[in-house]
Amino acid sequence: MAAIDAFSDTPWLDPAGQKPLVQIKGLTKSFGAFTAIDNIDLDIYQGELFCLLGGSGCGKSTLLRMLAGFETPNGGEILIDGVDMAHVPAYERPTNMMFQSYALFPHMTVEKNIAFGLQQDGVGKSEIKDRVHDILTLVELQDYKKRKPQQLSGGQRQRVALARALVKQPKLLLLDEPLAALDKKLRKQTQFELANIQEQVGVTFIVVTHDQEEAMTLSTRMAVMDAGRFKQIGTPTEIYEFPDSRFVADFIGSANIFEGRVVEDSADHILVTTEACDVFIDHGQSVKIDSRIWVGLRPEKIRIEKSEAAASGPNQISGIVDDVGYLGETSIYKVKLESGQIVDVAAPNQMRPSSNSDRITWDDKVLLSWEPSNAMLLSS
Amino acid sequence: MTQTRSRFLTVMLTLGLAFFYIPILLLVIYSFNNSKLVPVWGGWSTRWYQELFQSEEVWEAVLLSLQIAVVNATFATLLGTLAGLAMVRFGGFRGRTLFGGMLVAPLVMPEVITGLSLLVFFISLSELIGWPSQRGFTTITIAHITFSMAFVAVTVQARLTGMGQTLEEAAADLGAKPFKVLTAITIPRLTPALISGWLLAFTLSLDDLVIASFVTGPGSTTLPILIFSRIRLGLRPDINAMATIMIIAISICVAIAAILIFRQQQAELRDQQMAFKEEG
Amino acid sequence: MTDATQPSEKLPASSWMRDLARRAQENWRLIVIAIPFVWLLFFFLAPFFIVAKISLAELAIASPPFTRMMEWSNNGIVTIRIVFDNFAYIIDDPLYFDTYLNSIKISASATLLCLLLGYPIAYAIVRSGPVAKPIFLFLIILPFWTSFLLRVYAWMGLLADQGTINNLLIGLGLIDEPIRMLYTEFAVYVGIVYTYMPFMILPLYANMERLDGSLNEAAADLGARQTTTFFRITLPLTKPGIIAGSLLVFIPATGEYVVPDLLGGGNVQMIGRVLFNEFSRNSDWPVASAVAIMLLFFLVVPMMIFQYFQGKSSEVR
Repeated sequence: MAAIDAFSDTPWLDPAGQKPLVQIKGLTKSFGAFTAIDNIDLDIYQGELFCLLGGSGCGKSTLLRMLAGFETPNGGEILIDGVDMAHVPAYERPTNMMFQSYALFPHMTVEKNIAFGLQQDGVGKSEIKDRVHDILTLVELQDYKKRKPQQLSGGQRQRVALARALVKQPKLLLLDEPLAALDKKLRKQTQFELANIQEQVGVTFIVVTHDQEEAMTLSTRMAVMDAGRFKQIGTPTEIYEFPDSRFVADFIGSANIFEGRVVEDSADHILVTTEACDVFIDHGQSVKIDSRIWVGLRPEKIRIEKSEAAASGPNQISGIVDDVGYLGETSIYKVKLESGQIVDVAAPNQMRPSSNSDRITWDDKVLLSWEPSNAMLLSS
Repeated sequence: MTQTRSRFLTVMLTLGLAFFYIPILLLVIYSFNNSKLVPVWGGWSTRWYQELFQSEEVWEAVLLSLQIAVVNATFATLLGTLAGLAMVRFGGFRGRTLFGGMLVAPLVMPEVITGLSLLVFFISLSELIGWPSQRGFTTITIAHITFSMAFVAVTVQARLTGMGQTLEEAAADLGAKPFKVLTAITIPRLTPALISGWLLAFTLSLDDLVIASFVTGPGSTTLPILIFSRIRLGLRPDINAMATIMIIAISICVAIAAILIFRQQQAELRDQQMAFKEEG
Repeated sequence: MTDATQPSEKLPASSWMRDLARRAQENWRLIVIAIPFVWLLFFFLAPFFIVAKISLAELAIASPPFTRMMEWSNNGIVTIRIVFDNFAYIIDDPLYFDTYLNSIKISASATLLCLLLGYPIAYAIVRSGPVAKPIFLFLIILPFWTSFLLRVYAWMGLLADQGTINNLLIGLGLIDEPIRMLYTEFAVYVGIVYTYMPFMILPLYANMERLDGSLNEAAADLGARQTTTFFRITLPLTKPGIIAGSLLVFIPATGEYVVPDLLGGGNVQMIGRVLFNEFSRNSDWPVASAVAIMLLFFLVVPMMIFQYFQGKSSEVR
């Protein structure tokens, strides 16, 4: 259906027939013996807010720096709007970057910082003035244009950095940990602001972050990276609900993982048998019978109830509460199974623990169960 | 730091500062001695200052030394900055190791060796191409530039490494070509290092006796050469007077520098307070 | 300022100027490297080769006073004359050999003294409060900006037979006869330690200042006393500063001329003074050059160590 509508708002959801803004093909980068980026492919579409998520040293920043033109790839190619970037120096690329440290020029005022990029393009003085004014209005810093960066708060500096990168109307805006320097409360608020601004200006954003919550909130699509490769690319929902590997399931949120064997594979369900229990999954994925597989269960998708009864049938396990962690809105129960494996279960605290006489506590016998649609099938 | 100095450290610091300053203090006091024999106190007097100011020889030496110092400092800053940039910002290039070696060696090279080698070089060159036809201002200045540019280069290198490269990358990202990045970002950011490098080169030149003695020629007597020829024969009250003037001149310069630095710090403090208010 | 340069880059007056401007823009990196590089090759490296060449020549009554290495004889044959006599002379003559040893001995002992005195001073400054610290640092740097020659001269006045110290001691009745201090080895030690001390303190201070203050707190928290903390934590971590400071004192002090000449008189032989006199009084350039080459030979290892540490500190941080 999206193929008919050539100007779809969300081309990345149905890429057939769409032309990506950024095409990365077989890209490789190594520093000596260390491979930072290992033969990766990626397409990013106009209007996306794409997050690169990974731990430190996973290669996400190197990828961003190659897009900006600060690092030269050892192999593969980068195309932006169909143009090969191999021999285009940083200062001629249609990209702009927002640096993690913001990299505001300390010897220039806010206004001059923002005008700097336009001056390099030879934009006329009056136009520079107008565009600087407009962008300062967008980030709500009109009153601060005469100040030096060191006279601004962290949040204001962050907005100046964003304005400076956006004012050149790049085809692609690269953001390196844009919110990492802010404190937690401001970060949450700014996440939404950033997404709003991106929607208003319509520029494609690529954001590098190590914060999974940030990636989930901001992105249209995200890529989970590890050791220079993409582990999985998808929308936040896809990544969270249908991780395809143990790494992703564990990296995004948390997951209880059981190793097992496929014993039934029919059109509408499969049945996996594990040491702890049988797992019945009805979301239509098909796996070859008898193959070794991992099943993941999110802690919040498991029901927990006090029960002396043993498990009967699939998607049920009994165990003993080994530990309870009170987090305020939820509690985490660490349940020890007969096999010795510990399963995390998260349950909302609908009543105050003190007024709940029936609350689950240490050494209670409990029965865990979940819906057939909740289990996730994971490859290694 | 929460830990404080132990008593031992405080004693050492006090003794150290006394060791540094008592000789200088005595030098100043004896410059006002009326007696011709320096260590014998003959009452207060300013006669040695008058004698000093009337000496044409002294004025000529001062003028020559100042001229050399200014030209030297300017060229040494220029060359040292280029060298520092090449070492820190250009990554690997052919001959980098040799270049780095030649840049660091003058920092510790005994002056007698530098002086001797430059003199025989100038003489050989003069035989070969007829230049320099005579030694003096030019040869001393070249010799001074050669060793003081190393000090500037070290200062610039330290500043460049401390600055990191992010701001330059940001400028390139905003479309500034490499040369523009150099003039709009790197050089302005280097300014404090350039100023201190210039002052350092100026002082080193003004202070040098050994190298200048080697490469000077007839008629070119720099201030240190003049002072040395006088004090070699023993203590002289007019040299005490000269030392006092130099110490006062330097102290004034340093005091100005200190005030400027203090003002800068105050401004930074105000900036921080302003920024802090915005947080709330 | 950025506005001003913009149009000028675009409008050079004529085509050759435009060409020149473009070339300078393209090759500016090369230019930046080449200017100081060529300068150093010419005025720093080349002179050493000439000194080496002269050290292999013979003394001659000529100007300049040495024989040529290459000579065209009448039948068109080039004769190359290399004499190792100068080196043989230096090695055989106990005067030179003892002077080398004496220079290294004095320089090494003075370096150790600088370290023993400078280390606690640097440490005391690092441990000072935020107001006192820059003032103390400033007081240490200040003498460095005043004339080296006059600082040595100040000690002549203190150490002379009729000098301040002797006058004071006699005045207090502690001694009857003045103690001979000027023109002794003692005076040379005092002079070197006094003038070179800032070169020891500053690298030590820079090194100590970079150390994480919480390391000391962690050691204290783990039960280490102050002395233990010092010997087990601070001292090992300030090794780079100790090495840099020691080399900054040792290498130039070995070839020192002013201090042994003014404070040692003729009584303390150091190689820098011998070289200077050989050159200026005896006009024996070949021997002076050989002395210089031998001195370089002694100092080349410490200089390479120094360069290694300098290179390391400037590359990665």
